[in-house]
Amino acid sequence: MVEQHEERIHMAVGKIWVFVEATGGEVSNTSLELLTKARELADTVEAVSVAGDAVAAAAGAHGATTVHQVDGTDDKLLGPAVAGAIAAAIEAGSGPDAVFIATSYDGRDVAGRLSVKLDAPVITNVVDVVDAGGSLAGVEPIFGGTTNVTTRFTTDKPDVFLIRPKSFAAEESGGAPAAVSSLPVPDLGATGAAVVTNRFVEEQTGPSLDDADIVVSGGRGLGESEKFEMVEQLAKALGAAPGASRAIVDAGWVPYSYQVGQTGKVVKPNVYIAAGISGATQHLVGMKGSKTIIAINKDPEAPIFSVADLGIVGDVHKVLPKLIEALQGR
Amino acid sequence: MNVVVCVKQIPDPADPGALDPETKTLVRSGKLILDESDSYGVEMALQLVDAAGGGEVTLVSMAPNDEQSGLRTALAMGAAKAVLVSDEALRGSDALTTAKVLAAAIGRTGQPDLVLTATESSDGYTGTVPEQIAELLSLPSVTFAKSIAVDGGTASVQRQTEAGYDDVQVPLPAVVSVTAGVVEPRYPSFKGIMAAKSKPLDQVTVADLGMDAGQVGWSGAGQEIVDVSEAEAREAGTIVEDDGEGHQKVVEFLAELKVI
Ligand SMILES: Cc1cc2nc3c(=O)[nH]c(=O)nc-3n(C[C@H](O)[C@H](O)[C@H](O)COP(=O)(O)OP(=O)(O)OC[C@H]3O[C@@H](n4cnc5c(N)ncnc54)[C@H](O)[C@@H]3O)c2cc1C
Ligand SMILES: Nc1ncnc2c1ncn2[C@@H]1O[C@H](COP(=O)(O)O)[C@@H](O)[C@H]1O
Repeated sequence: MVEQHEERIHMAVGKIWVFVEATGGEVSNTSLELLTKARELADTVEAVSVAGDAVAAAAGAHGATTVHQVDGTDDKLLGPAVAGAIAAAIEAGSGPDAVFIATSYDGRDVAGRLSVKLDAPVITNVVDVVDAGGSLAGVEPIFGGTTNVTTRFTTDKPDVFLIRPKSFAAEESGGAPAAVSSLPVPDLGATGAAVVTNRFVEEQTGPSLDDADIVVSGGRGLGESEKFEMVEQLAKALGAAPGASRAIVDAGWVPYSYQVGQTGKVVKPNVYIAAGISGATQHLVGMKGSKTIIAINKDPEAPIFSVADLGIVGDVHKVLPKLIEALQGR
Repeated sequence: MNVVVCVKQIPDPADPGALDPETKTLVRSGKLILDESDSYGVEMALQLVDAAGGGEVTLVSMAPNDEQSGLRTALAMGAAKAVLVSDEALRGSDALTTAKVLAAAIGRTGQPDLVLTATESSDGYTGTVPEQIAELLSLPSVTFAKSIAVDGGTASVQRQTEAGYDDVQVPLPAVVSVTAGVVEPRYPSFKGIMAAKSKPLDQVTVADLGMDAGQVGWSGAGQEIVDVSEAEAREAGTIVEDDGEGHQKVVEFLAELKVI
């Protein structure tokens, strides 16, 4: 008789919950990235979402068996309700060993509220989660990404990680749509009192920063607001998405949705072109993962050159117009 | 209307810290300055109190080493007074402990109508402290405010979102975190700087807040660093001076990458 061997891959933890976000019924890419990673580390992966039915198919296809639906948030901010529901489940003993939350607007709210409810820390700015022998540890870049610090929890509470977008590649597992079940929200008292009265969606044309194969970003070196047009023209010529440093977002030259960096978008295109951007660490963390980086800056000492595959030491007002013309002529 | 602003004092970004080889934590010593991100909260608070026609702005800060220079800068902008929680035991405190200390310090200031913070500190950037403070104080909150207006007992906030922004109404008292761009911070005037020297600054210890020193700092962190390593560095690229033909180099490179 042949002995039956059940080959089981060792998993770091039993169950991970992923806070799955969606805008207009569309699941956020970061949520799918987190589900993919969670699958590698846990026996069971489940989603927590306020958009249960809308995300069940995508969450299932990326490894979640269940979507725990949090109700009653239509005109509310998500932090108190989602954190309240997760904390109540943990208290009742039906919660996870770890919670993965994206560094997003709502994600940070959920993590902050949850940490107080659990009286446990959150490991933030995580770019990788590793198996630390029966528990999980988060890898966090510091000093502008030159050093990685790995931290694990020393409490017996569930491990809460706030994970940066584009830390992992989203891959389908081929799973069936996740079953949707309701996760009750406890009484939130005053904490749930904020009400959303209107939602404004900014118009967007061309490829989005998230998905574009090429990103062209401009910074303060452009000199004045009108000159951002050069960035837009170059982006158009390349079929790229335009982006920006925070300096020119704060100055009001372009909307916040263009911002690349620590408090903006994390982008990982095939090609990133930085024009008139110094390369402050907070900008670098948002674009350093790009496959190739081209920088144009008049200062040969600009830190952006330390990450550039091709650096042009020159004036954007001279280089960009010629570059646009050359590309348009092709 | 009384507004409390949490302001962090940080090492001058022009002079970054170093990792302690022994404890593997960031060493932050010496002079601290006002985190620029918090100057927006201070300005917003001053404008809101002004618009309300009365009340005052109180600063709350936590630092391990008696440093007051950052607070004096914010007092010079126009804040009325400050509470500084300073204690060696606070060294190494994580975000949750920081929030507990700040929440306790806010409690000492009376009953504020509004607590303002920045969305994230420049040196810690966990971005969780504002929401933790709100939860500890059982208050509603709105993060990522790009504008705030107060009418009676309600604040109207435009909150940044992935897609644009949301209009949010929140009853006071509440915690609101503000982005850079919510208002343009003023520069302290000479008169303001002189006046700041004599404004009340209530310096307290962890024990004064009724907290146990063993619950803060490294011992209270609930996490430990298991590894510190060099990140993979990008390979050095080609840097060329633009001689009038720099754009051609870019075109050639893009062609090589087969994106054009
Ligand atoms: C908490 C926090 C979060 C932050 N988050 C972000 C973020 O998400 N994203 C972000 O980008 N920043 C962020 N910042 C800000 C960051 O520190 C920098 O201030 C910002 O990135 C600088 O933008 P910049 O490079 O456009 O401007 P500058 O630093 O002023 O650089 C302008 C560059 O243009 C060059 N230049 C000038 N003229 C020309 C010319 N004619 N031709 C060519 N080059 C020229 C100069 O040499 C210089 O290098 C954050 C800061 C903090 C404290
Ligand atoms: N030690 C501190 N003292 C005062 N305010 C702080 C402190 N730490 C954090 N904050 C406030 O909380 C915000 C978010 O901080 P963080 O969670 O560290 O990114 C900061 O921008 C400050 O407004």
